[in-house]
Parts: sequence; structure tokens; C-alpha cells
Amino acid sequence: VPPLPDKRGRRRALAGAVAVALLGALVFAPSAWAGWFLPESGGSPNADAIRTMYILIAVLALIVFVGVEGLLIWSLLRYRARKGRVAAQIHGNTQLEIGWTVGAFLLLIFITVFTFVLLPDVKNPAASEIDENGNPVAANVRYAQTNRPGPPAGSASMNITVVGEQYVWSYSYPGEEDVLTYTDMYVPVGMTITLDIQSKDVAHSWWIPKLGGKADAVPGYTNKSWFQIPLDAIPEGEDRVVFDGQCAELCGRNHADMLGRVIGLRYDDWRAWYERKAEEIQEARDEAAQQREELQAEEPR
Amino acid sequence: VADASMHVEAGLRARPRPQIVAHDVSQPRRGWTSWLITTDHKKIGILYLATVLVFFVVGGVEALLLRIQLGTPENTFLSPEKYNQIFTMHGTTMIFLVIVPVWAGFANYFMPLMIGARDVAFPRLNAWSYWMFLFGGIALYASLFFTPPEAGWTSYVPLSEKEYSPSNGQEAWIYMVHLTGLGSIVGAINFIATIHNMRAPGMGWGRMPLFVWTILIYSYLIILALTSLAATVTMLLLDRNFGTAFFDPTEGGSALLWQHLFWFFGHPEVYILVLPAFGMFSEILPVFARKPIFGYKAIAAATAGIAFLGMLVWAHHMFTTPMSTVVLAFFMLSSFLIAVPTGVKIFNWVATLWRGTVEYRVALLFCVGGIATFLMGGITGIFLAVFPVDWQLHDTYFVVAHFHYTAFGAAAFAMMAALYYWFPKMTGRMMSESLGKVSFWLFLVGFQLTFLIQHSAGLDGMPRRIYEYSDAAGWGTMNLISTIGAFVLAFSVLLTIINLVRSLKRGTVAGPDPWKANTLEWFTTSPPPENNFDVVPRVRSVEPMKDIRRQIERQSGVAARYETGKPMVRA
Repeated sequence: VPPLPDKRGRRRALAGAVAVALLGALVFAPSAWAGWFLPESGGSPNADAIRTMYILIAVLALIVFVGVEGLLIWSLLRYRARKGRVAAQIHGNTQLEIGWTVGAFLLLIFITVFTFVLLPDVKNPAASEIDENGNPVAANVRYAQTNRPGPPAGSASMNITVVGEQYVWSYSYPGEEDVLTYTDMYVPVGMTITLDIQSKDVAHSWWIPKLGGKADAVPGYTNKSWFQIPLDAIPEGEDRVVFDGQCAELCGRNHADMLGRVIGLRYDDWRAWYERKAEEIQEARDEAAQQREELQAEEPR
Repeated sequence: VADASMHVEAGLRARPRPQIVAHDVSQPRRGWTSWLITTDHKKIGILYLATVLVFFVVGGVEALLLRIQLGTPENTFLSPEKYNQIFTMHGTTMIFLVIVPVWAGFANYFMPLMIGARDVAFPRLNAWSYWMFLFGGIALYASLFFTPPEAGWTSYVPLSEKEYSPSNGQEAWIYMVHLTGLGSIVGAINFIATIHNMRAPGMGWGRMPLFVWTILIYSYLIILALTSLAATVTMLLLDRNFGTAFFDPTEGGSALLWQHLFWFFGHPEVYILVLPAFGMFSEILPVFARKPIFGYKAIAAATAGIAFLGMLVWAHHMFTTPMSTVVLAFFMLSSFLIAVPTGVKIFNWVATLWRGTVEYRVALLFCVGGIATFLMGGITGIFLAVFPVDWQLHDTYFVVAHFHYTAFGAAAFAMMAALYYWFPKMTGRMMSESLGKVSFWLFLVGFQLTFLIQHSAGLDGMPRRIYEYSDAAGWGTMNLISTIGAFVLAFSVLLTIINLVRSLKRGTVAGPDPWKANTLEWFTTSPPPENNFDVVPRVRSVEPMKDIRRQIERQSGVAARYETGKPMVRA
């Protein structure tokens, strides 16, 4: 005679499977899910780390939410006033009070620990995947992370100054050529980009959702942020990857129109773009200087 | 009419007590002028509530205008200028002219009744508080005739400085804050003096109704927070008009200073909005579950705990500004801590329903709907308290959803519950339960439809306070759903207003205690006379009315006769 199936065990297994499936669905969600249930990610390791944090909190939150709402609705339905039913005259229960206070504490301590374990991945700029000449760096030679404002020593990085003003973003690139662009920021993929974020007038907030969290541009202060677009982010057969964003702090009437984009290019393409841009800027400067001279010459003495 | 023989008999047994003999009782004043000169806490309460209703409708219409604009991508229904003005007015109205004063209104009417007092401690000052609130509201709305403010209800500098907001609307906003703030501060002093000194005999701190507890803490928070805000907006006024540079970085000031000072007020303000709502839940649930409140002391202590911690979390509104990790971590942990007493309250409310006999009255439904909604807001608050996660969510529609789930979920649901619960006491008539239930379900569904989807919009990258978005952004469907929800919500409020107006004249006569409730306001007639009580009973528990009913049953022998099974015959 085959043994009778253990109903309780089966139910437990089913519940476990559902939980795992739920967790799995959240973790390995297709990108379509991201927009509805998860923060944007995929453009930079810090955005991915934030997403991982979000998922953990979401799983815990879901359990608490379903549990408490369930109890609330169940109590409402189960203890509906009926003929002959008498309400229990209970005034409280100290053990229960202590229990749920401690329970809430433990849950929060767990989230705290998890947050601080993941924090360095969000906060500290990662080592670049390429060196200053655009050659890939093997993962095992990249340096360990420590709590510092820039990427690890010895790793290539690029610092761009982002300046907000009503209603446009401008970007100053490093180098003697003083290259400056508006709205569109061009960066090489694989390189860690550190940002100095400033404002010329009112407060703005720099935010490209897929590249990580936002950082306010407050006049009189320099805020810091960073991102690193993965080397494989550019789709096969294309020459660029584009990430959209916009100002996230009310900055006046046209706040909604203060857009920003980050365009990732392969290192060689980026180098070419940079040189062309530097040339254009030099030409424009020369032209302006010439016009100035002409105007001064024309001016009657 | 006094019975002379009884007097003599009583006089023989007890020593005579000094008595006030009235030679002449003046008729209570009627007519519209009586409303202008009144110092009766109940009339002032009604003035507050009626004014709040008007501002609630105005603020709601503003919300609908915003939702229409955002309902479709690239909409041109409102200009950017109008859009900014309207969301500034919406936020300012709902915070300063609706939720803070609605609790002042209900507390004015009911706090003295609940503690068995004949009025508040300083009745004339009380009237002054109301008029300051009204003038504050008028000061803000007078700006409609020139240029309304447009820097948001938070009025961040430098945007709110003269250079970037040159219109006088910003001054109107500052004067509104000053006038309503003064009214609130003076009102809070009045409440504190009343609660500390004028409770019925026997009503120790452990027998005070939980709504009164929350009003006491609300009052202390107002004194701490609104005085600070008054100083802050004065600095802005000086910066704008008198050449100071508190907030101007080019002159050595700091733009972040405003944010710190504003949120030092702003976060306690959140608890000023929701604590009295928690008080309502704690009053109404036991009445309709026919069961004592579970964990009275824990709830009262949690109220004080929330208020204390609420003073220490302000910078969680500023996680994206330049701040060191230590500061970020401090404010994350203090924000986490607040979740504990808040959770304790929710657990106690659920436990109050547990093993009760729950009557599905409209007031109870609004309470349960409010708790269920607020829970969602509390949980999304944990996401926002984790500062790296907040770097993604801050200033997006996720935050808009979060604070509507908390402020609207607690305060607006509780406001509706309080209306349905106390309307019979204020007017002597009942509101329609069936219309109320329709209104409740539409309110609940409309609210969830409006705000649940906004979490997704925020996660998908939609920032707050944008007047338009491109079709390519892909936020069209979400926003359309939200806009439809807003109209459902508005319709449900309209139903309650219709219910209210109809019930004023046609409602069933309520009698003194239609709900068989627990607290002293139900001891007097509906509506109560000018000085509330002829006799103030000695209070022996948190539920004095239950004690009184039990005593009457015992004295009249009704219960004993009922138990014998003999037919009840009137003597």
C-alpha cells in the first residue's frame, strides 16, 4: 500500500514554492516589470544595487502588508455583529505589546544591516572596466572598494562638472580644451564617471533614473554622484546607448522641460567625438575673436 | 423645578453647599451676528468646520485641475505658470487650511465635551484663533486677484526669493503662514490649558479619551513646530524685501538653511495632521466593536513617542542634498524608529476589532478604510527612509503617492469618520447611512485608483511638479487611471456633502446618545446647550458613558428583571 500523501507537508511545500516563485519573479523580472514595480536600473552598478535593496525591502514589506491587512479584514468579517454574539471585554495584553514592539525592531534592524552592507556599492565609485586609453582591464586587477569619494587609486575615471540653470543642464569635460555641452552628456562606456553637481541659480536635481539615484544641485554647494555604463550596454550593430532623465527638483515654470540625457559611446568613438567637439569649439572661439577684432577696428575713435 | 421637600431632606443629611442663584437667564443669541461675536467653543468649532469644508472643496477642485492637465501627455489645458500656481495653492490649502484646522474644529467642539468641561480655558482667545485662521485663508486666496504664489507649498529658496519669484503671491503665502500659525499657536495654548486644568472630577491622565490625548500632543507639536516656521518665513520675508541674505549663497547665506528650517517644522507638521486622526480611530473603533480599546496605555504612549521622534527626522526630506553619510544614517535610523510606535498603534486597532462585535456603521468603515490605507503609506515610508533607495524615489510620484496615503489615508478618512460619528451630536440629526456607505466605497476605490498607480509612475521616473510629459515617456496610461480615480473620489465627497446638507433638515432625530458611545460628549443633549452640562459626572474609567449606562441599568433593575425572564412592565 503506498503511503498516504502528507497533506500538511504538501501544503507547506506549495507555500514555499509560491514564495520562491514570487521572490524569483521579483529578482529576475523582465524589464517590462521594472517600470511598474521596481526602480529603474541597468545603466550603472549603483542603480542595480539600489534595485537590490528595493527588492529586499519590498519582499519584507509585502509580507507585513499582506499579514496586517489580512488580519484587519479577517477581524472585520469574522467578528461582525450578529444576534447572540457577545464582544469579549479585553483591555490589552502586555506580552503581546512587547512582542510586536520587539518584532518591529528586529525587522528594522535587519533592513538597517542589509542597507549598510550594500551601501558601498551604491556610494563608492566602482573601478573602471577600461583604462585611460580605452583598453579593457581584467576584473581581477581592479582594486578593492573602500569608502572614498573617487574610484580606487590607479583606476581611470573621468570627472564631469554638471551645472544646472533655469532650464538646462551643462556639462564641463576635463581637459585643456574646455569642452562644454548642453543637455546631452557624452561619455565612454566602461569608464567610471564622477560628477560634481552645481547650480547657477535655483535648486535643481540631477537624475538619470537608469544610472542611479538623484543628487540635488544646490547653489553654493557641490554635490557628488557617479555612474559607469557597462561595456556591453551598447546593442550589437549600434554605436551608442542613450539614457533619459530630467530635473527632479522644482526649479520654476519650465521645470518639466529641463531634460538631460547621457549618451554612452565606445571609447574610440567617444575620443573622436571629443576631438571633433574640441575643434568646433576652438573654431567658434577663433571666429568670435576675429569678429571682436573687426568690430574694434571699425569703431570710430 | 426643584422639589422643596427634597431640598430640606438633603439639607438635613449633608452640609449645605454654596450655590449660584440665577435671577435671570438670558436667551441664547441667534441670527448671523451671534456667529461673529460668539465665544462658545461649539459655535467656534462649527465655524472652523464650515470654513474647512469650503477650503476642502476649493483644494479638491485645484487637485482636479492638476489631474486634468496630467491626464494626457503633452496636454495644454493649463499653462506652466498656472500649473505651478495651482499645485502651490493645492498643497498649501490642504495642509494649512484644511487638515490642521479641521482638527482644531473638531477639538474645539468635542475636546471640552469629552473631558466634561463647560468651555475651553480662554473662550475669547479661542474666537481670536478662529478669526486669525480665516483671515490667513483670505490673505492667501486674495492673491488670486493678482498673482498666486508658485514656488510650491515648501517654497524652497532660492526659487522663492525675489529674483526668481518676483510676484507678491509669495508674500501672500508668508502672511497666510503667519496668520494661521498665530491662530494655531494660540489655539494650542488654549487646548493645553483646558486639558491640563479642566477635566471632569476623576478623569486622571489614564482615563482621558485617546482623542484628547492626541489633541494634547498635537497642541504641543504645534507650539514647537509653528513657532519655528514663523521665524523661518520671517527670514524669507526679510530676504525678499529688506535686503538680508539668510538664504542667498552669493552673500554668505545658505540655500540649505531654508530646507533644514522648513522641514524642522514640516515633519512634526505631518504628525500634527495625523495624530488626531489616530485619535479618531482610537475613539470610534471601540464604540462599534463594542469592546474596550486594546492597549490604551500603549496607544497613548505611542502617541507621545511618535511626537518625540517626529522632531528628530526632518532631514529625511533632504537625502538628495549634499550631506555626509553619518547624517544620512542618523536620519534613516530615526525615521525607522518612528515606524515602531506607529506599528504598535495599528496592531492595537486590529486587536480592538478582534473578538468584538463589529457594527458596520459608516464611521467605522471610514476608520477601517483609513487604517488600511495608512498602512500602505507607512510601509512605503520605510522604502523612503532607506536613503540610497530614496535617491531613486525622492521627488517622484512615488513620494506623492506615499504622502497622500499617509496624510489623506489617515487625516481625510478620519475627517470623514469624525463627520459621520459626531454629526448627530452637533446637529441633533443623523446622516443617512446608506448614502454614507455609497460615499465610503467610492471614496476608498477612488482613492486607491488615484494614488496606487502613482507609485509606479514614480518608479518609472516621473518627477513631481511637472506640468507636462512627453508621449514617449510612457506615463500616459498611469496618469489617465489616476485622473479617473480623482474624479471618482471627488464624486464621493460630493455625495457626503449632499448627505450633510440633506440631513441638517431631514435627518432622523438622533437623541443624546445614538451610538451607545463611551465618552462624555454623549452625556448631554444633541446639540448640547451653551454650557454643555448641568452636572458633570465623576469619571471612573476611560469609558464613563458605559459606566453610567451600567449604573442606570443596575439602579432601575432592568438587567435583573431581564435575567429573571419575567415580562418587562413599565411601572
